[in-house]
Amino acid sequence: MYTNFGTVFIFVIIGIILVAFPLLLQRILAPSRKTPDKLTTYECGEDAVGGAWIQFNIRFYVVALIFIIFDVEVILLFPWAVVYKELGLFAFVEMMIFLAILSVGLIYIWRKGDLDWVKYSVPYGRGRYKKLKIVPKQVPAVVAEIGDRGSTIVDVTTS
Amino acid sequence: MGADIIFWMVVALTVGSAFLVVLSQNLIYSAIALLFSFMGVAGLYIFMMADFIAATQIVIYVGGILVLIIFGIMLTQRIRDVRISHTSMQRGIGGVVVTLIFLGLFRMITGSPWHFEAIPEVEGTVSGIGKLLMVEYLLPFEVTSVLLLAALMGAAMLSRRGD
Repeated sequence: MYTNFGTVFIFVIIGIILVAFPLLLQRILAPSRKTPDKLTTYECGEDAVGGAWIQFNIRFYVVALIFIIFDVEVILLFPWAVVYKELGLFAFVEMMIFLAILSVGLIYIWRKGDLDWVKYSVPYGRGRYKKLKIVPKQVPAVVAEIGDRGSTIVDVTTS
Repeated sequence: MGADIIFWMVVALTVGSAFLVVLSQNLIYSAIALLFSFMGVAGLYIFMMADFIAATQIVIYVGGILVLIIFGIMLTQRIRDVRISHTSMQRGIGGVVVTLIFLGLFRMITGSPWHFEAIPEVEGTVSGIGKLLMVEYLLPFEVTSVLLLAALMGAAMLSRRGD
């Protein structure tokens, strides 16, 4: 096992050198003439607008949480894949049950529209229901129920 | 000994980055330093012959939990107003508490009877873990999926309120 991880270690060392060496080389060789244009943040050639320290949409967090849950699932798939040939059908059925239970979660968030990015805000009832946040596919049903009171699209990236 | 040198390099990486996490004035720098600390911990797992745990550490902590932490920072309200994100406060009380915790841990480490035995070099632990999961600990394994399902639905519920 040590030998295998020795290979990994060599890769890590090469990776560090491949990043550090060009940076060091440019530090030594390249002339440093700073202008305001050169010092702006690089955004693929676009002019940078505003600061980077803004509040991001909470929906990014949900995507990250969903990612972690399926990350854990993938980690649990590894030992299963290694012993799969030995255990055969038994292991297959077990893992399918495991995956089926997690698929319920995926279907749930999908159907509930948590994966939809664009949402509409519709004037609805009172109090906390004053403004109803709905996903695009719910719009026809809501319009049929309460009539078209005008809906506004809520944010796409930041709120 | 080559392995010893690598071991101390990994220890230096883990502890050094952990210090950077605490001392950095910028939250994002702290989070990035935490990444290297997590990687160092993965290296320590490898020295304990736990290859699967090391891989899990990389995939889940470096790949997942850290992303959550960075998102947590980016989702903070009025983050724009925070310039120097965490300066030290109440150093006196903090120092006393930290010293007491350190003394407690030091006593525990020096006081416990450690078994210094050479670990037999194993050729991968993944298949052993796989067999245990699939045969002996089948029920906990399947229940894990219910736990993950609950976490997934909880995350979705909480996010819906924030919209």
